[in-house]
Amino acid sequence: MTSSNSLTIYGIGASPGIVIGPVLYLGRRKSGRRSHRLLGTEEVAKEVERFCGATSRAEAQLVAVRETFADNLAGYAPIIDSHILMLRDRMLNARALALIERERHDAEWALEQALAEARQVFARIEDHYLRERVHDVEQVAERIFRCLAGEEEQRFLVAGEKHIVAAQDFAPEDILHMAAEQVLGFFSEKGGETSHVAIMARTLGIPSVVGADEALRQVVSGDLAILDGGSGRIILRPSREQLDQYREYQRRQQEYSEEVAIYTHLAAETRDGLRVRIEANLEIAEEARQALASGAAGIGLFRSEYSYLGKKELPGEDELFMVYQGLLSRLAPFPVTIRTLDAGGDKLLAGGGPGGEANPALGLRAIRFSLREPGIFKVQLRALLRASVHGRLRIMFPMLASLCELKRIKELLGEVRAELGREEIPFSASIPIGIMIEVPSAVSIADVLAREVDFFSIGTNDLIQYALAIDRGNEHVAQMYEPLHPAVLRMIRQVVEAGHQAGIEVGICGEMAGEISYVPLLLGLGLDQLSMHPLAIPYVKRMVRDSTAEEAEALSLELLGCASAQEVHNALVDYLPRRYPEEFRNGGIGYLRKSCCTVLCKSGGGAALQG
Amino acid sequence: MECLEKKITIANQCGLHGRASAKLVETARCFAAEVWLVRDGEEADGKSILEVMALACTKGTPLTIKARGTDAEEALAILASLVENKFGED
Repeated sequence: MTSSNSLTIYGIGASPGIVIGPVLYLGRRKSGRRSHRLLGTEEVAKEVERFCGATSRAEAQLVAVRETFADNLAGYAPIIDSHILMLRDRMLNARALALIERERHDAEWALEQALAEARQVFARIEDHYLRERVHDVEQVAERIFRCLAGEEEQRFLVAGEKHIVAAQDFAPEDILHMAAEQVLGFFSEKGGETSHVAIMARTLGIPSVVGADEALRQVVSGDLAILDGGSGRIILRPSREQLDQYREYQRRQQEYSEEVAIYTHLAAETRDGLRVRIEANLEIAEEARQALASGAAGIGLFRSEYSYLGKKELPGEDELFMVYQGLLSRLAPFPVTIRTLDAGGDKLLAGGGPGGEANPALGLRAIRFSLREPGIFKVQLRALLRASVHGRLRIMFPMLASLCELKRIKELLGEVRAELGREEIPFSASIPIGIMIEVPSAVSIADVLAREVDFFSIGTNDLIQYALAIDRGNEHVAQMYEPLHPAVLRMIRQVVEAGHQAGIEVGICGEMAGEISYVPLLLGLGLDQLSMHPLAIPYVKRMVRDSTAEEAEALSLELLGCASAQEVHNALVDYLPRRYPEEFRNGGIGYLRKSCCTVLCKSGGGAALQG
Repeated sequence: MECLEKKITIANQCGLHGRASAKLVETARCFAAEVWLVRDGEEADGKSILEVMALACTKGTPLTIKARGTDAEEALAILASLVENKFGED
């Protein structure tokens, strides 16, 4: 089937989309070389000049990036500014110069040495966030190395041909260039799903895979490659069969997305008149336009972490207010659900959490962190309340596990309201307050919690992890992460019932909500709202409009009666193509998340459903 | 030339991280005087963002700012007020 030469590399899908094209391999990093030359006395002046020239060119490049893209992604400007400062920093620059001038080392070796010393200094820093900034120093040094080697600013468009660009690592600046030069996609060995680079790639719509370990050993420029940003896969030197297969996927994706586009702005209503609210999950406020264009009836989850993570310091109240106010006014009259900070102290730079927790998933994170750090939490609450007069705000709290936490949140909210009242700062008097249901204990006491809040949103990603005790990031057990586990289905059922009993709305904002294979089941379970990646919305709407509430309920009852995930899975694989031949014709692709592929394709029977 | 110094305490919520240290470094660079930050005997060049970051000063960290040069007095006053005013943050 596969030619012996073909190789599949797995990484982290940073930005979805399938692209096929030649690889442009940018080479190993320039840093890290060990060769060394001792200069003759007469060469020193020239070497100094070479080094200073390289630094100037590197600086000019960064200044140019900053100017060219100033209007485009203003939020990234401070990152580039700090890179410019580092470029001329004495720890790096003067140190390297001294090594050239006084000890007659060649410029590359001198810079390497200065970088190594900077690494040591940063390695001693206790604060996790600051210690990680050594990565920025490396990116800056790399730019000088490239200039020393006489390379121009990285160009991705070679001889008019579009490429899939590969490197060990990319700097945020590179992604801006890639967008301007319309690269097909990119992959790198370093980087994670929430790195600046990954988020920028998603915003700019560049299919990409990051964290592809060891990928570069196998790469030769000019090789043909397939990059699937949805599943995080790169196929180097694909066989004829693989090419045909992926071209077919690409074609079907294209076709299906055109076909499905007409559903974008239609109501999400079943044939027998059941309506669900389809909303979008947002990472950064800039995606708001995309959400509306995709047909979202609001924002079901705005992850507020972006203002906190990867920043050099905690955001101030005004900064947060600006973000929230902008989002609310852009979306009005649609509702915007903003989730308060959902991160652990380890990810937050400055305020510094405990750091080094043995088990962060069970540690001081999300609402626990906020309640432990009321100072930080209240800044966010104040910004939220102040923004509430600019649109329809809903506030959601993550990872609630007990009623006490909810009571404490309400106390703090009360304090903030009183403060604002005293300061005569206006805020909306009727902001719906909701909680994420993602800890099994919250499911158990959902009836109690339901009396205290205005809505529930089930965070299935975490709920599944906690309920099944599976770390999805752990390769040894990841295959046991099972959205269709009967325990999960029963939990969803229980939460919906508890919510409806108390007369509040229940939604889902995990990946399950955006997966078309789950739509009939979720409708049947009685969910009022589904919040998902904007791209998934037209597909889900189409599924809803092809369904009936009656059939969906019958299906959910049948599936609730299954004894194992496998049984549920088999029943779906049997049911979906029969009941929804249009959607699952050709294997029903379109927008299929990784989770679905793993679920539906695990057994042979699911192969037909693979996208 | 005489070396002036002033004791301060980092007051802003986030301490001397990225933006704050950048602001401090950019300000220090406006003066001819040499500037150092001293924390527990450890010194950082006030004109080097990497050294300032490496001091890892959080909120409440006591610091000594030192300056030497013709405009040392002015540099000291302005840098100290920058820190005291929490870099215009909170």
